[in-house]
Amino acid sequence: MLINHALFIPLLFIAVLTFCYSCYQRLQLVAVGSPENRFDNTGARLAGTLTYAFGQKRVLSRPYGINHFFLFWAFLLLLIANAEFLLEGVIAGANLSVLPVSLRHVLEFTFDIVSLVALASVAVALVRRIFLPPPYLGNDYTSPRSGEALLILGMIATLMVAFFLLNGTRIALGDSEGWKPVSGLVARLVAGLSPTTLESAAGAAWWVHAVVLLLFMNFLPRSKHMHILTAIPNCYFRSLEKPNVQPRETFGKEQRFGVSEIGQFSWKDLLDGFSCTECGRCQDLCPAHNTGKALNPRRIIHDIKINLLANGPAGEAGGKARLTLIGEKKEGTISEESLWDCTTCGACLSVCPVLIEHMPKIVKMRRHLVEEKAKFPEELLNLFENMEQRSNPWGIAPSERGKWSAALGERHFKPGETEYLFFVGCSGAFDSRAKHVTVALATILDAAGVSWGILGKDELCCGDSVRRLGNEYVFDQLAKANVARFKEKGVRKIVTQCPHCFNTLKNDYRQYGLEIEVLHHSQLIQQLVSEGKLRLTKKAEMGKVIFHDSCYLGRHNDTYEAPRQVILAATGTAPAEFGRAKENGFCCGAGGGRMWMEEQTGTRINLERVKEAMQQQPDTLCVSCPYCMTMMEDGLKDEGAERVRVKDIAEVVAEAIS
Amino acid sequence: MLVISCIKQVPDTTQVKIDPVTNTLVREGIPFIVNPYDTHALEESLCLKDKYSLRTVALSMGPPNTEVTLRKARALGIDEAILLSDRAFGGADTLATSRVLAAAIERLGTREEVGIVFCGKQTIDGDTAQVGPGIATRLGFTQLTLVDRIEHIDFLKKRIRVRRKLEGRHEIVEAPLPVVITVVRELNRPRYPTVPMRLAAEEADITVWDNTVLKLDVETVGLKGSPTWVSKIFSPERDQGEIIGDGVNDPEGTAGILIEKLLSKDLLAV
Repeated sequence: MLINHALFIPLLFIAVLTFCYSCYQRLQLVAVGSPENRFDNTGARLAGTLTYAFGQKRVLSRPYGINHFFLFWAFLLLLIANAEFLLEGVIAGANLSVLPVSLRHVLEFTFDIVSLVALASVAVALVRRIFLPPPYLGNDYTSPRSGEALLILGMIATLMVAFFLLNGTRIALGDSEGWKPVSGLVARLVAGLSPTTLESAAGAAWWVHAVVLLLFMNFLPRSKHMHILTAIPNCYFRSLEKPNVQPRETFGKEQRFGVSEIGQFSWKDLLDGFSCTECGRCQDLCPAHNTGKALNPRRIIHDIKINLLANGPAGEAGGKARLTLIGEKKEGTISEESLWDCTTCGACLSVCPVLIEHMPKIVKMRRHLVEEKAKFPEELLNLFENMEQRSNPWGIAPSERGKWSAALGERHFKPGETEYLFFVGCSGAFDSRAKHVTVALATILDAAGVSWGILGKDELCCGDSVRRLGNEYVFDQLAKANVARFKEKGVRKIVTQCPHCFNTLKNDYRQYGLEIEVLHHSQLIQQLVSEGKLRLTKKAEMGKVIFHDSCYLGRHNDTYEAPRQVILAATGTAPAEFGRAKENGFCCGAGGGRMWMEEQTGTRINLERVKEAMQQQPDTLCVSCPYCMTMMEDGLKDEGAERVRVKDIAEVVAEAIS
Repeated sequence: MLVISCIKQVPDTTQVKIDPVTNTLVREGIPFIVNPYDTHALEESLCLKDKYSLRTVALSMGPPNTEVTLRKARALGIDEAILLSDRAFGGADTLATSRVLAAAIERLGTREEVGIVFCGKQTIDGDTAQVGPGIATRLGFTQLTLVDRIEHIDFLKKRIRVRRKLEGRHEIVEAPLPVVITVVRELNRPRYPTVPMRLAAEEADITVWDNTVLKLDVETVGLKGSPTWVSKIFSPERDQGEIIGDGVNDPEGTAGILIEKLLSKDLLAV
């Protein structure tokens, strides 16, 4: 077969040039972002890339992921086949035939089978997209581009068909079949045609393959299928920190706080925009989106990308933006309302197959609103002032902090003597319901002979809510003061009953030089039980127990088993599970500072969760967080299901020792 | 035209305890806050600044650490902060305090015409509500107390119309400028400072005027100029009151006990 090199070589040249130009343009846009070091720890990054990109770990967490797994690997392997194809188009005879015969056979066989797998995967994808789309796939802004997806799938299918037709006709014309079973089958199908027809069919197949390949290459960087190029680097450059630990801010003059213009995002934030394929899994798990709020995490990433495309390099900080980043909702502009809807539960982060960091971007924009504009839902004014003046959300006098139990008195942490600092937390110290949990935990610690003490009025709020709400200025003051106090007292071990305190002390305070053992009470209780220090003398009678995961204990700190083991030890039965549990757990609605805000749009998140619990007919809804406690109790009341008790795991355990 | 807010740094009274032996306030370790009513005075000045581009000044009389409170005012957007501080001013009652504040306002008036002086309706530590009216009296300004809305300001005719919040009724009052207005919480929602403003306020100049500047007769200010003397402070004994029921485990039963008690004491009409 004769390939018209004179025609193909300039065509290829132009196509490669335009492709490179498009990629350069996109890269230039990513470079608009502010610097961020994502080049450290190569080992961990490579390992993550193998797991998440090449291993497709997250993709495979849903049934149809396997289809993508096949397509992904087919694409990688066929890159070699297509390189051979292009090379042959430039240099006559530069194809597999120049390789040793055994290697040639292995490659031929691989390409042949893999192309069939790719064709089958495309067929499955097409059928699914057209006939069985998941509910989270489409929405107001992705649906108009559904055609784009069909076009890409069509292109891939065309490439595969052209590949088989080309190889089949070549075999029919006398090429060796070698190890190409599928192409061999095609050859037998077309064997009856005249050599001239076969020649022109082969020529046509070659050109169709060539043109579609070059079009495909040029279409990629200009579509959401850019992820084919960016997803692997995006996995490599993932956050090695706990992604909900926001970067620490310093406070100097002439400085900007948070993000209000596209160029203030980091380059990685912008790369995220080009890595999103709009699969919709984040949207599917988002508690705000699921209850009819303005927030849609996928939309945030999309709007950032559109804003970047609209503003281009001119969007750099200081430049005049053509499209505002935060403002009235439209494509490329994010509404303030949607930013305040986030519960920072981290579901989007934990589900995204390419490790896009949605929630940290939301907090960055909140920082701008709070710190530069002082613009936030009015309920937060009281919270912020109470935090600043009295270091707790309710504005209760700090002198009341140690007074959660008249019977136990205030047992203060004694430097050099006490082993565990019991960081009671604001809820545990002031909230009348949570105080019962505090007492239960104190009882447990005493029963196990643990040496513990509190800071009393010297304990300040850990600052979780203010940090997630973007009030880094106040968080900074609280964190500094708490860390200084811990160091002054020589604290080496801390136990908390609140996952928010736990997460903040353990992860956020590392930025303030605190690297000591911080345990959530579920972890310590499990430890005490397994070491035989805490003897559970009887079974806690709780009826049927269902366990609700706290986002800050579970998703943000991967602690799923400790609370379940504790419930099992105390009741003798493993707790029942929600339909959405562990990594897929559904927020109570109070994280990210939402505890202190009204929930005015859509249905209420806690009601959605309580309804999910009621499907299992539990007697006890077991929680491990004071916020979850409040939200579940309120939800059960609203549902008229007060018969179901809400108990913290500490209360369940306390029942088993007294 | 100047808009002046008089503010006071007060101990956070929710945290103040009374020493049972000496019957004095235990102020040790108690954080200071801006008197909550005064935050509304500041906010209203700032609203007028936003609306009419008027110049705003915050005045506070107190010990040198009152500077912190004045920086907060600067962080909110007040243009100038002046601390009135002198050993001679210490121990003042409301009369002596109003003399110092009035003298400072008079001094400011020599620079630029004073239009409105805002004060909180009272402070949470003294609760007298006398300083605002005292300033008005000393200066001969119109006195508008308990204002919850500014209806209208006519700068040409130099008149102001406000709404006063009285028990069970409102009163619309019109008066000639300059005025002293004491404000209630309903007047506005105080703003929250931005971080850049806070950082700027940390380095902002706080003018200090002592008695060498104000040149008041030392017999008329501070302890010497105060006719009011506090003879005793004490917490009233609580001879009644108890915790009833178990609100957590039996909220309905507890509510029942409470209602019965209220009914038996004829405090609840059925």
